[in-house]
Amino acid sequence: MADIWILAEVQQSADSTAVGLRRVTHELVTAARGVAGGNRVCAVLAGHGVAHLAGAIGADTVYVMDDPALAAYSPDGWAKAIAAVAAERKPGIILGASTARGRDLTPRIAAILGAGLASDCIELGTDGTALTALRPMYAGKALARVRVTSQPAMATLRPNSYAPAADAGASTGGPTIEAVPVGDASGRAVVTRVELTASTRPDVSEADIIVSGGRGMGGPEHFAMLEQLADALGAAVGASRAVVDAGWRPHSDQVGQTGKTVSPSLYIACGISGAVQHLAGMKTSKLIIAFNKDAEAPIFSVADYGIVGDVFEIVPAFTEAVRALHAAR
Amino acid sequence: MDIVVLIKQVPDTATRIQDRVKDGRVDLDGVTWVTSPYDEYAVEEALRLRELHGGTVTLLTLGPERAHGALKDMLALGADEAQAVWDPAFASLGTHARAEVLAAALRKLPHDLVLAGWKGVDGDEGLVPIYVAAALDYPHLSFVVGVEVEGRTITVRREIEGGKEHMTAELPALLTAQKGLNEVRYATLKGIMRVKSKTIPVWTAADLGIDPAALPAPAVEVTAIERPAERGGGRILDGSPADASRALARILHEEEKVI
Repeated sequence: MADIWILAEVQQSADSTAVGLRRVTHELVTAARGVAGGNRVCAVLAGHGVAHLAGAIGADTVYVMDDPALAAYSPDGWAKAIAAVAAERKPGIILGASTARGRDLTPRIAAILGAGLASDCIELGTDGTALTALRPMYAGKALARVRVTSQPAMATLRPNSYAPAADAGASTGGPTIEAVPVGDASGRAVVTRVELTASTRPDVSEADIIVSGGRGMGGPEHFAMLEQLADALGAAVGASRAVVDAGWRPHSDQVGQTGKTVSPSLYIACGISGAVQHLAGMKTSKLIIAFNKDAEAPIFSVADYGIVGDVFEIVPAFTEAVRALHAAR
Repeated sequence: MDIVVLIKQVPDTATRIQDRVKDGRVDLDGVTWVTSPYDEYAVEEALRLRELHGGTVTLLTLGPERAHGALKDMLALGADEAQAVWDPAFASLGTHARAEVLAAALRKLPHDLVLAGWKGVDGDEGLVPIYVAAALDYPHLSFVVGVEVEGRTITVRREIEGGKEHMTAELPALLTAQKGLNEVRYATLKGIMRVKSKTIPVWTAADLGIDPAALPAPAVEVTAIERPAERGGGRILDGSPADASRALARILHEEEKVI
């Protein structure tokens, strides 16, 4: 039977040093195990100066494509190099992450291989003959069950959809690590510089906990209290469209149909009334909390727990309660 | 610099799609159709590049006659021309086939740059523009939030988790727009009046020299569309902000085990 491949995602520092693996890489391993049956789970680890990360992925086999030609990311260049290896080794399934990198690279690989690609999936499986997936459409207002009938079958997985695989060290004997020669990787669209935000908080699209603010926060200056709550929880700070359009918060923080669609373990909506476009973007969160002064706000119809009242009183009080909880541990 | 912008018409984002899921499909009968919001950013950027560098902005859509409405809305913003592509044989194409049809149309439209929204906010696939770039053998630049063109070199900033990537490529290239790229202008009354009676030209499969039977079959089959599980309204915690907050923190820690 054919192997299941995952495309490992590497965390880079601003000078393009590979500092670790993105959490979604381990989530991809979990998802791959679920569809692999008895087949091998193989990871493709591409870049320059990345080989040291191979053992930590948790795959059975790691194809290490570590080459100066892959020092700078290029969607067309990397796709060509990875597709060439896939064309030769013929995996049955190739899984990537639904991230800025994965959404850019995997379609280009699929185009070269003529493969079907189910994008931004939240569940993967098989029906015995083909890869199956559940993927949100209309920002989550509907869910499509799909089958990918091509060989290979491809899919990208939304972060936080699966628990990360336990550390690779646990797998018996460790993975087989194979250095794969990198063929033609010359790309025409090339990254020249990476500019990382100085923030120590996680990004909205990857965070396990999100503290999000809406118009009810009253003004950009009041987001400081959401940042304090976020820091107490190790969370990202998100925002509603109204807040982003008013210029209070950057576009990259927007949750909703024209922003990020997210599925964190915990979503805390502060002063967000819950427009249909916003609810669509966060409704797949595992647990939703709402703080709002209006007991009739639509956000309460999707919240698991809510507090009705003034966010300026509730947020600091809740932050205090979280800190007290941590201090008591 | 001549620019072609790919346009997709989608149901208005305020549509309660979940209420239209029936028998494994979405019933779109009677919805309000709009231009996919990310495509609007692409059009706006094309108009700004035309203001800076001269040239033309042409809109291209693959869709039936109702999609002409989206083209007219974007023409009213100031685009020069619009071209539709439609054929009854194009009604249920997969993503690779749609990209091939659009690429065939692009080969007939002179251009230096192709712009598109990064995804249509209906299927949320985010695939067709990149497949189009691959079909034309162009470099692509996605999730773009800043663009500069100097001579034949395009430099962009693209959004990544926790920051931005700066990328360059030589034209011709394809780029996809992310929110944050620009603020879309409003149509002027003059613009709206100008396009009101405009007839949108349509190319059929034959016009593009395409044999529909030779297009790639869909490789992603939709077996069913489901309504997401409704979340019941939850529990409201009473008491003072301090008491309710303490109770909530305890529940999240002890019962839900998320903090």
